[in-house]
Amino acid sequence: MKHLLPVSLRVNGEPYDLLIPPWRTLLEVLRENLSLTGAKRSCQEGQCGTCTVLIDRKPINSCLYLAVEAQDKEILTIEGLARSAEVLHPLQRAFAERGAIQCGFCTPGLILAAKAFLEENPNPSEDEIRRAVVGHLCRCTGYFQIIEAILAAAREMAGKGAQVGH
Amino acid sequence: MPRRARWPGREHRLAIETMQEHSIIGRPVPKKDAWLKATGEAKYADDHSLPGMLYGKLLRSPHPHARILHIDTSKAERLPGVRAVATGKDFPGIKYGNLPQTRDYLPLALEKVRYIGDEVAAVAAIDEDMAEEALDLIQVEYEILPAVFDPEEAMQPGAPQLHDHAPDNISSQSAFHFGDADRGFADSDLIQEDIFETQPVKQGMLEPHACIGLWDNTGKITLWASKQSPYVVWRQLAMGLGIEPGKIRLVQTYIGGGFSGGKQEAMPMDFCAVLLSKKSGRPVKFVHTMDEVLTIGHLRHPIKIWLKTGIKKDGTLLAQHCKIIANGGAYSSIGQLSMYIPGAMLNLPYRLPNVKYEAYRIYTNNGFCGAMRGHTLPQICFARDSQLDIIAAKLGVDPIEIRLKNAAQPGEVTPNGFRLTTFGFTECLQRVVEASQWREKHGKLPRYRGIGIGCGSLVSGARLMGHSSSTAEIKVQEDGTVLLVTGSTDVGQGADTVLSMIAAEVLGVQLDDVRFAMVDTDITPVDPGTFSSRVTFWTGNAVKLAAEDARRQLAEIAAQKLEANPEDLIFRDRQVYLRQQPQRGLSFGELVRLAEYRLGRIIMGKGSYTSGEELIDFRTGYGNMSPAYTPSACVVEVEVDPETGQVTVTGIWGAHDCGFPLNPMLVRGQVLGASVMCIGQALYENLIRTQGKVMNPSFRDYKMPLATDVPKLANVEHINIITRDPSGPFGAKEAGEGAATGVIAAVANAVYHATGVRIKSLPISPGKVLFGLKEMQGKGNKPANLVKG
Repeated sequence: MKHLLPVSLRVNGEPYDLLIPPWRTLLEVLRENLSLTGAKRSCQEGQCGTCTVLIDRKPINSCLYLAVEAQDKEILTIEGLARSAEVLHPLQRAFAERGAIQCGFCTPGLILAAKAFLEENPNPSEDEIRRAVVGHLCRCTGYFQIIEAILAAAREMAGKGAQVGH
Repeated sequence: MPRRARWPGREHRLAIETMQEHSIIGRPVPKKDAWLKATGEAKYADDHSLPGMLYGKLLRSPHPHARILHIDTSKAERLPGVRAVATGKDFPGIKYGNLPQTRDYLPLALEKVRYIGDEVAAVAAIDEDMAEEALDLIQVEYEILPAVFDPEEAMQPGAPQLHDHAPDNISSQSAFHFGDADRGFADSDLIQEDIFETQPVKQGMLEPHACIGLWDNTGKITLWASKQSPYVVWRQLAMGLGIEPGKIRLVQTYIGGGFSGGKQEAMPMDFCAVLLSKKSGRPVKFVHTMDEVLTIGHLRHPIKIWLKTGIKKDGTLLAQHCKIIANGGAYSSIGQLSMYIPGAMLNLPYRLPNVKYEAYRIYTNNGFCGAMRGHTLPQICFARDSQLDIIAAKLGVDPIEIRLKNAAQPGEVTPNGFRLTTFGFTECLQRVVEASQWREKHGKLPRYRGIGIGCGSLVSGARLMGHSSSTAEIKVQEDGTVLLVTGSTDVGQGADTVLSMIAAEVLGVQLDDVRFAMVDTDITPVDPGTFSSRVTFWTGNAVKLAAEDARRQLAEIAAQKLEANPEDLIFRDRQVYLRQQPQRGLSFGELVRLAEYRLGRIIMGKGSYTSGEELIDFRTGYGNMSPAYTPSACVVEVEVDPETGQVTVTGIWGAHDCGFPLNPMLVRGQVLGASVMCIGQALYENLIRTQGKVMNPSFRDYKMPLATDVPKLANVEHINIITRDPSGPFGAKEAGEGAATGVIAAVANAVYHATGVRIKSLPISPGKVLFGLKEMQGKGNKPANLVKG
């Protein structure tokens, strides 16, 4: 029998009690145990950024992060970002409205990384945005519309102040 | 959108005209599925699972070339958790592939393996770890055969032979001669000969190949898969399984990038998923690791290009003779077409009366090559437009002037029979020169900064030897919404949106009223697929016809109700009304309910489009391949670090004649994305293979452009040249690949301008630049930008 460990995870504000093998990555547990498939499985070595989720508001590659390490931490996945189905996060809206989404495989990771970044730096320059998303590959857009979307969302969020975001 | 404010006069006027003329078409509306993708709700193939599902893995050859003597799967079968194992003998042994003369794939290898990564056996187990473990228990006895990796060696007598049907390892070849090249060279004042080489490059889509197969006990097969051309897969699956396509249902999932990286064909994983399902009675899922994706195949062809050009003193091109040798790898894929295209489009976007062409695609014991965004055109445009700059420098002619002088014009027919309908190449050049401030920069930038131009052209959908036409069906529903069903897929390029925009425009409904169906071969109409920049043009025309068919049916009913002529009716803003008396009308939904409830009519529109051109034999090459062609021009500015040899692209300006941009925001995304992909190929992407072994099969080592590698927004501009093609839907032509075809040459020319170093082999790596700089210092030469003229 596999050695199973009891783990309590808090994902998108919901508590989950799980029994999992200790070597399971957070990505595997999110996708397979919790059916949260917004974080994507791609390179599985922390190069592409598609599996990015936020742990205690910081972006991490969930493919390189063991689920057991996330015990007692606050995990946010793309599924938990919008306040409701009707009220999307400004980054989600900006990505959709400004052509930053083509195939969409990189989108969840990029939006979450951008959210964490804008919390640290609400008024970023173009170059600061580039550096913030350098851990994310996008093969469709050439990044321009992604950078524009993050700039636009930053402007909107700065305008609305504290009422936006989590 | 900062770019919009910069639309100069003519485009601004056109935008206003468009808004008056159309209510949907021409607007920069967001992609229809962007909301689902932004929330993580869009389900890609790996996001799906079925109850009782098993996980499959493939055993791959560790040898580049070997005979399979024996496979023992008994130990693997006995491993607890393993439910089924398959080898090549479980399949009927029928080779499948694209063209009849190049069918050389098997679902799993039978007698031989031909490259490191060739699929040998497959396992289905209760989880992926178990499946991996079982692979280790499969014992394969190989007789190792001599292997060959270099195409020129593979062509020599006595070289190891990969396939029995292909003497000298010639996988496919093309040869043609139009006009009189010898005469052209004899009349030339200058003859320039160069050899260019391009490297193996991967599509680099982020979603790995994935599928779920189910073979039920009635013999019906279902495959859920990430496929950009699902009907090609559907046919190939039937071919390789030796059954009728009607037994197979292929359901497309969301697609995480295509670029023809394999999602356009049936792959061993697809065959094994369904076969292992048959054996186990359970659905079976396969997902490739990125290591597998980067190893197996469907690379962009590395090509050695010998190009000889004859030109008059005044810069008029007279003749070109081109020979190419492509390293095709172990299998054919779409290689015959890959070899035809560089010759057929060698001249475009230029006018060239005499063309001679020979192409050889050679089998080697490497991962196989196929199409990739732009197919083989970025390679040939790199060679041709690099050489054009070499010639311009020798003649003392400005690089822009030589291009303007030879620019092909609308109405012309190329020597191989391509009919240029609309072709705004001259305007592309003029506009890109303005946008990039070429005249202020060329020859005037400081040392180690340079500017270069490259141009290219593309088809709006290639006619293939087999099925080329597209169809669409439209069902109008009682609430006034519209169900649009086509066989085309959205791979991220925006087909879902642009096709829905066409339907919405014709029927006068809102974009949100149109529901775009994904391909399900039980329901959707057959279609060749998403490749060759064909969907907007071909499926778009079919959608327009289908919508017009539905509108005609509705107009007859509305005309009776309103006591008017059907031709006098306007469909707009969810209303149907008389052109002269807009107050007389009814709502679109009301009209549909009248048709359905009172008259018992079902409103369904059908449309199909084919360009009606003759078929082309890709080996001999005469004929019009596409209903429309797009030209493009691109200017790139670079900065070269003389210490490291590192090249940075600091600006990119492009102009492209897409006929008419149905959705300018999506067009811009396509063009810029394709351009950055070509910057990657120009500067660093390179799948390194040593004795057939891929040395960098990961995104850590296979370097693709990052957000920090692209120019600042202020130095990026794309200009749509509007020519409104008469046969495109609402005047549209291709907009996904063509604009990038000249980018690599533009980078190479800019590097030359910055340093005086002419690099003819890709990528333009720091090492090559440094070596070139050293060599120049040795000769006491100065960078080109310091040389007048």
